[in-house]
Amino acid sequence: MNWADLNLMPALPELFMFLAMLVILMLDAFISDAKRGITYGLTLLTLAGCAALQVYTYSAVPVHSFSGMFVSDALSSLVKLAMYASTAMVLVYSRQYIADRGLFRGEFFTLAVFALLGMNIMVSASHFLSLYMGLELLSLSLYSLIALQRDEVKATEAAMKYFVLGALASGLLLYGISMIYGATGTLDLALVAKAIKMHTANDMLLVFGLVFIVAGLCFKLGTVPFHMWVPDVYQGSATAVTLMIGAAPKLAAFVFVLRILVQGLEAMVADWQAMLALVAVLSMAIGNITAIAQTNIKRMLAYSTISHMGFLLLGLLAGTSDGYAAALFYSLIYVLMSMVSFGILLGLSRAGFECETLDDLKGLNSRNSWYALLMLLTMFSMAGVPPLAGFYAKFAVIKAIVDIHLYWLAIIAVMMSLIGAFYYLRVVKNIYFDEAQDTSAIVMRADMKLVLSINAVALLVLGMLPERVIELCIQAMKQSLTVI
Amino acid sequence: MFTNQLSLVIWAPIVAGLLVLATGGDQRANLARWLAVAGALIGFLLSLPLFTGFDNLNGGMQFEEVKPWIASFGIQYHLGVDGISMLFVILNSFTTLMVVLAGWQVIQKRPAQYMAAFLIMSGLINGAFAALDAILFYVFFEGMLIPMYLIIGVWGGPRRVYASFKFFLYTLLGSLLMLVALIYLYFQAGKTFDIQAFQAIAKIPLNVQILLFIAFFLSFAVKVPMWPVHTWLPDAHVEAPTGGSMVLAAITLKIGAYGFLRFALPILPDAARELSWIMVALSLVAVVYIGLVALVQSDMKKLVAYSSISHMGFVTLGLFMFTGSHLNQWAVEGALVQMVSHGFVSAGMFFCIGVMYDRVHSRNIADYGGVANKMPIFAAFMMLFAMANSGLPATSGFAGEFMVIMGAVQVNFWYAALAATTLIFGAAYTLWMYKRVIFGEVSNHHVEEMADVNKREFLVLAVLAIAVLGMGLYPQGFVEKMHLSVNDLIAHVAQTKL
Repeated sequence: MNWADLNLMPALPELFMFLAMLVILMLDAFISDAKRGITYGLTLLTLAGCAALQVYTYSAVPVHSFSGMFVSDALSSLVKLAMYASTAMVLVYSRQYIADRGLFRGEFFTLAVFALLGMNIMVSASHFLSLYMGLELLSLSLYSLIALQRDEVKATEAAMKYFVLGALASGLLLYGISMIYGATGTLDLALVAKAIKMHTANDMLLVFGLVFIVAGLCFKLGTVPFHMWVPDVYQGSATAVTLMIGAAPKLAAFVFVLRILVQGLEAMVADWQAMLALVAVLSMAIGNITAIAQTNIKRMLAYSTISHMGFLLLGLLAGTSDGYAAALFYSLIYVLMSMVSFGILLGLSRAGFECETLDDLKGLNSRNSWYALLMLLTMFSMAGVPPLAGFYAKFAVIKAIVDIHLYWLAIIAVMMSLIGAFYYLRVVKNIYFDEAQDTSAIVMRADMKLVLSINAVALLVLGMLPERVIELCIQAMKQSLTVI
Repeated sequence: MFTNQLSLVIWAPIVAGLLVLATGGDQRANLARWLAVAGALIGFLLSLPLFTGFDNLNGGMQFEEVKPWIASFGIQYHLGVDGISMLFVILNSFTTLMVVLAGWQVIQKRPAQYMAAFLIMSGLINGAFAALDAILFYVFFEGMLIPMYLIIGVWGGPRRVYASFKFFLYTLLGSLLMLVALIYLYFQAGKTFDIQAFQAIAKIPLNVQILLFIAFFLSFAVKVPMWPVHTWLPDAHVEAPTGGSMVLAAITLKIGAYGFLRFALPILPDAARELSWIMVALSLVAVVYIGLVALVQSDMKKLVAYSSISHMGFVTLGLFMFTGSHLNQWAVEGALVQMVSHGFVSAGMFFCIGVMYDRVHSRNIADYGGVANKMPIFAAFMMLFAMANSGLPATSGFAGEFMVIMGAVQVNFWYAALAATTLIFGAAYTLWMYKRVIFGEVSNHHVEEMADVNKREFLVLAVLAIAVLGMGLYPQGFVEKMHLSVNDLIAHVAQTKL
């Protein structure tokens, strides 16, 4: 390798992010708690800078870097922009909440952005090693973020559970990767794909490797039967951290799965399609049915996430470009929805009070009808009721599986979304039909109120005019996947 | 009048609803009410040119608008009305105006949200009737569940939570299966969701048609509602506020029957024919059995709710009167007249019950008696609606039932004979209720204190009464609008797709 080949341009946003965070980390050590707003502001600026660089370095044709381990293409650019926005929103939504809990510290910002860096590497990786590296950077940052609340027993427990199970899943994944390596002799996704197509690899070894990889991926996505960590981690973490785990990482995990299964192992589509179909059905069923029994809203949203991941897999397992685009669209909309739902919970919490049970939402309409309306839009969007964006997300994935004639799967999917509608309706019921138990005023920072409103109203606007975003997803898939 | 008349009819009430919502809390309630009336009135006036400007000699779609919407999925913003859907757009805009007036004083709890919900729903319902793209239809069809859910749940009676969940989940169950059917048809029709393209699909095997028909059936039968999937309606009606009941009975039930006309019959003619005996059987069960159930109700709203199911049974009966591969024209047109008529009559009945409920706060027949002594004007109006509900000639209720029975006689005498029993049961349960509530001595001090209708109530009653009488005396005015569209439909259904 010589330096002329090392084109760093595609990774410019990541390099900038990394350096900026080092600066912020240093700076944070020297400023007092009262001035913590400076590093908070700088972190937001860093994200804006990354977004600008992302647009600046955009290239419609995939560009490789770091000896083919890193790729910048339309898919990764789109997803990264969404992740910058989502991370910035997490910071805005969390500010008051973490300040009330003594977490408004440099570590919080730094870990959040390092998690983002890990996600960036995951979505831009074109090599099993860089994929794994990104995943571990994300996971380790998240473990520490959860554990940041040292004196909180539940948070510590959640961090331990997440860490132990996460390590196990990483092990499974690595084991699978090593088998693929054994069979094909390479870790480069494109070369793996080529080797499998040429039938030079040992099929038995490949299928075994695939099983381990799918298990590891399902764990990271949080799908049944590898979902047990999701409710505990969602409930145990501080809501701000739950929001961080629930939003952008799902997007990154989706692209991660896409890179491995579609770019690397596409020739084995028949094998992973059957596995994912089973996982999807179980996730939709167990996620939706178990969510009904929850009284803690964070736990309920955790099960709801499990079912959403099941839906997302439907698009993926269709094995068509339209299906992948549908799944990408689903994950983008899912991130928007989960941002609002946890954002409202953050806004309703205050020093010494956690808004986390369904009863805490009772009578929200009489306390503040605007937040009630935002939550209403989000819940109906999650339930997949038009004219909200969640409907088109579900519509797109169901269309993708009807296209490949998996009618039974489509019917199961719609029946599961019927079951799911029940618990989303229950949230709306608590907000609108019941009397408030807690009548204290809701205080929200103006910037958070603005961003949260835009975020929720976007669900309605995208529900009425979804074409642009759908088109972006379709184009991103076309430009990024055909070149292999 | 305008080139995009249908868009205006859909979006004007929705925008008005958002404005009403923006007036905020209870301190500006009167502003919200006046804005709502203005919005509903504008919506109604905008819908009138559809009637006056309608070309009776054209059986196809009129006032069409086509714009690209979600091109990646083959979804268009395609609107248009024929002689069938046009009537319902107007009926809906009219009913919304009545509902807003009906809720004027009665609703003291968050009136702005109440009025806004009805206006937004009105726009969505207009959209469902005017949509010529299946997904556009679906969006409106499902979207209207959200305001209705809130109307029942927030302003409803004691068991409102149960009723609102039941209403929402029941209707969602059907429509989700229909969504899968629509997506299937999308691929069959060459990657388009255009309803007319669905209707033009040349070949669909019978077994596929039957499966698709079942999906449509589940969606629309729940909405109509047909026996045995009707159980949500009495609950929803009883618990909903007066306005909610009026809209439910007058409009949302019609969307179910309209769905059969627009989707199930023309897209799947062979399945419709094969399965028509089931549809006829279920309809007759609704007419006879539900009529008997209505007889024993002690709750007035429940009684009218069951009466609605029974009357809608007539509608579905009329829609599936096949002789060979031909639908019976009398029966189809009768069903349509019955739908419009039931819109006026049931709105009138529910409003009457609402007027009494506001004074006595009871829906129990037993809590009344001798109301005529205290409210003579009201009693006269209610008499008219009760007569129309029992199908008395010269009221709109007669025209539709008579036409359906005429059609049914031509198909099978026994269908007609069974259907005709409704004239007896309908008269029995309606008039018996009327007698117990209105006539006799003043039964208790609550009735003693009842004051006759105020100006606002009088206005609503009078307008509905004029509609009921007008339609009864001159049904031709409506029939001539729909005549060619019905002919087209019958010709289309007669072509086999096997």
